[in-house]
Amino acid sequence: MSEDYKSMWESLGLDLGAHDALLEVLGKGYQDIYLAQKDRPEGMSYFDFVMSEVHGLRIKELMDEKAAGRKVIGSFCVFVPEEIVRAADATFVGLCAGADFATEEVEKLLPRNTCSLIKSAFGFNLGKVCPYIESADMIVGENTCDGKKKSYETLKNLVPNLYVMDLPQMKSDEGKALLKAEYLRFKEAVEKLTSITIDAERLKKGIEIVNNKRKAIHRLAGLRKADPSPISGLDALLANQVFFYDNPVRFTESVNKICDELETRIEKGEGVFPKGTPRILLSGCPMAVPNWKLPWIIETSGAVIVGEESCVGERGTRNLTDDTGNTVEELMEGIVDRYFKVDCAIFTPNPDRLDHIVEMAKTYKADGVIHYGLQFCQPYLMEAMPVEKALEEKNIPCLRIETDYSMEDVGQLKTRVEAFVELIK
Amino acid sequence: MRYAGIDIGSRTIELVVLRDGEIIETKQADSGFDPMAQAKELLDGVKHDRIMATGYGRHLFELSLDAPTVTEIKAYAVGARFLFSDVRTILDIGGQDSKAIVVNDNGRVIKFEMNDRCAAGTGKFLEIMANTLGYSLDQFGVEALKSKRDIQISSMCTVFAESEVTSLVSRGESRQDIAMGLHRSVVRRAASMLKRVCVKEPVLFAGGVARNDCMLHLLQEALKKKILVPKDPQMVGALGAALLAGKKDCYCHGSLPEKA
Ligand code: SF4
Ligand code: SF4
Repeated sequence: MSEDYKSMWESLGLDLGAHDALLEVLGKGYQDIYLAQKDRPEGMSYFDFVMSEVHGLRIKELMDEKAAGRKVIGSFCVFVPEEIVRAADATFVGLCAGADFATEEVEKLLPRNTCSLIKSAFGFNLGKVCPYIESADMIVGENTCDGKKKSYETLKNLVPNLYVMDLPQMKSDEGKALLKAEYLRFKEAVEKLTSITIDAERLKKGIEIVNNKRKAIHRLAGLRKADPSPISGLDALLANQVFFYDNPVRFTESVNKICDELETRIEKGEGVFPKGTPRILLSGCPMAVPNWKLPWIIETSGAVIVGEESCVGERGTRNLTDDTGNTVEELMEGIVDRYFKVDCAIFTPNPDRLDHIVEMAKTYKADGVIHYGLQFCQPYLMEAMPVEKALEEKNIPCLRIETDYSMEDVGQLKTRVEAFVELIK
Repeated sequence: MRYAGIDIGSRTIELVVLRDGEIIETKQADSGFDPMAQAKELLDGVKHDRIMATGYGRHLFELSLDAPTVTEIKAYAVGARFLFSDVRTILDIGGQDSKAIVVNDNGRVIKFEMNDRCAAGTGKFLEIMANTLGYSLDQFGVEALKSKRDIQISSMCTVFAESEVTSLVSRGESRQDIAMGLHRSVVRRAASMLKRVCVKEPVLFAGGVARNDCMLHLLQEALKKKILVPKDPQMVGALGAALLAGKKDCYCHGSLPEKA
């Protein structure tokens, strides 16, 4: 079977040697971090399978879909409206990467002080190890932080099928008008790519698929309010990560199945860690596969993560899209309304995010908040200060962590996190 | 009952043994290349009923001797309050890191800061700079205090500071003045860390660098607050660990309490 994949990878233009090396690291990391956990829900075996086939079977599925005439659209940001992609029968994949790769090559194109997320996307591309990038018919970049928007100018030379979407920076009427105009332009681009005209019925269907996925994730999040928590933060994060890759209908079913299991656990008072284990809300930059470093440190330091205020988490999945409209116009309005509420730190000012963090800390009964900022990420590192202040005003302890994808600071991070756990106990 | 605490730092290892709340033994060794072997040697023949490990190497110790662990942050806080019951802030400048800790009236840690990944602002920085100037570590502070003129050292980075020092020397600046400038730069860094945690009085100064009188003098000047230095500033962490080993509900990382 893996021979099959080899020819598939080859046809996608991957560098097989480098790709093997990546898969090995990924497999080892997954083994040490995920499979080493105790008392995982049985339903997680689905995600174990997904992860073991993340470059295999899932890519084969994408190739089969492509052969049947469907298009694949990749994205780097939760502002790219998946509903529109699904409405055109296209497949949507997240392209953010969570590991350093080909760093030397990357630093020939980008300054060293670029955040790991951006560098990693370039590294996976330059190193020819990401089958998702290679199989995408269209890659959508968006003007969010300076790092991303300037790097797209360079990325365009590497991936000619890059489509850049402009985004507002303020939550004003003008900002909203811009978002709407850009979403309409995107809809047209998708229609052109797929040769499908998106009518109201299609759009409704697209919204339904994505909303269902979100509802399942909301359900999962709600169950984490229980003490003891029925699922580890690492496993919940994985579900949020796979959200961006998987077949949406199958994903929704699988998450709901896990939720059924978790409900039984809660009834029996069972959890992954003992009752009373200190509870942490994680907030900040998104964590893409396989960036599991900080959650792993936290959950091996005597605490459990009960929520992610992140784009790979609640910031990305909060709010459903209104599907009550009957015309394309009305439905598009619903999509714009939904996304305009996303409280990413690239917006200024961005008070909603502070409110959401405080609210989430209360909802999930967190004893403390750990703010995760990627080194060189100005928007989130700057916002970390007011976040800390807002939390301290409410007497919620906060630890600000600034790190990257490297492993050299694990020892120091562990000391900080353990000391924080001692403090909130 | 005898309770022991061992603080396995990147440069040195300290051991404290308590009996009935009294310190009955303290020992110290260099961490060397094999801290675990050094730790075991230090423990050789030392009687204790329970031991707790802290410091950078605590997890190695936990694995090989199955002992509970506590972070340096909490260990320093507990040790400091035992020595001076009203301490509210602890500054520790050790061999390779520095930290500032604030505790509430009951001694609970409420906030802490640690230096970043490099040696700037730590004992290691002072050690390298003393070396560059041709002083022994003990002389370094004493000589700095004899300085007559202020020199600003702008580099925090050990590598840049070293070349800055070399060029100051070749410009004919006095070694004592340069030494003072170097001390000031470390104190500036420590003071800004302390300000981030909102320093409260009294402040306890711990770690090997607290033995340096020039550092103490400058710190007092910068903070304008009462600063206490324990007799054995390097033992505070090990002492805290020993005290925590004596507590029944001692919390151990890694080995979580059994499932209810
Ligand atoms: S953090 Fe901001 S830029 Fe990044 S994915 Fe989220 S919305 Fe997009
Ligand atoms: S982590 Fe920060 S700097 Fe990096 S892409 Fe996201 S917003 Fe931009």
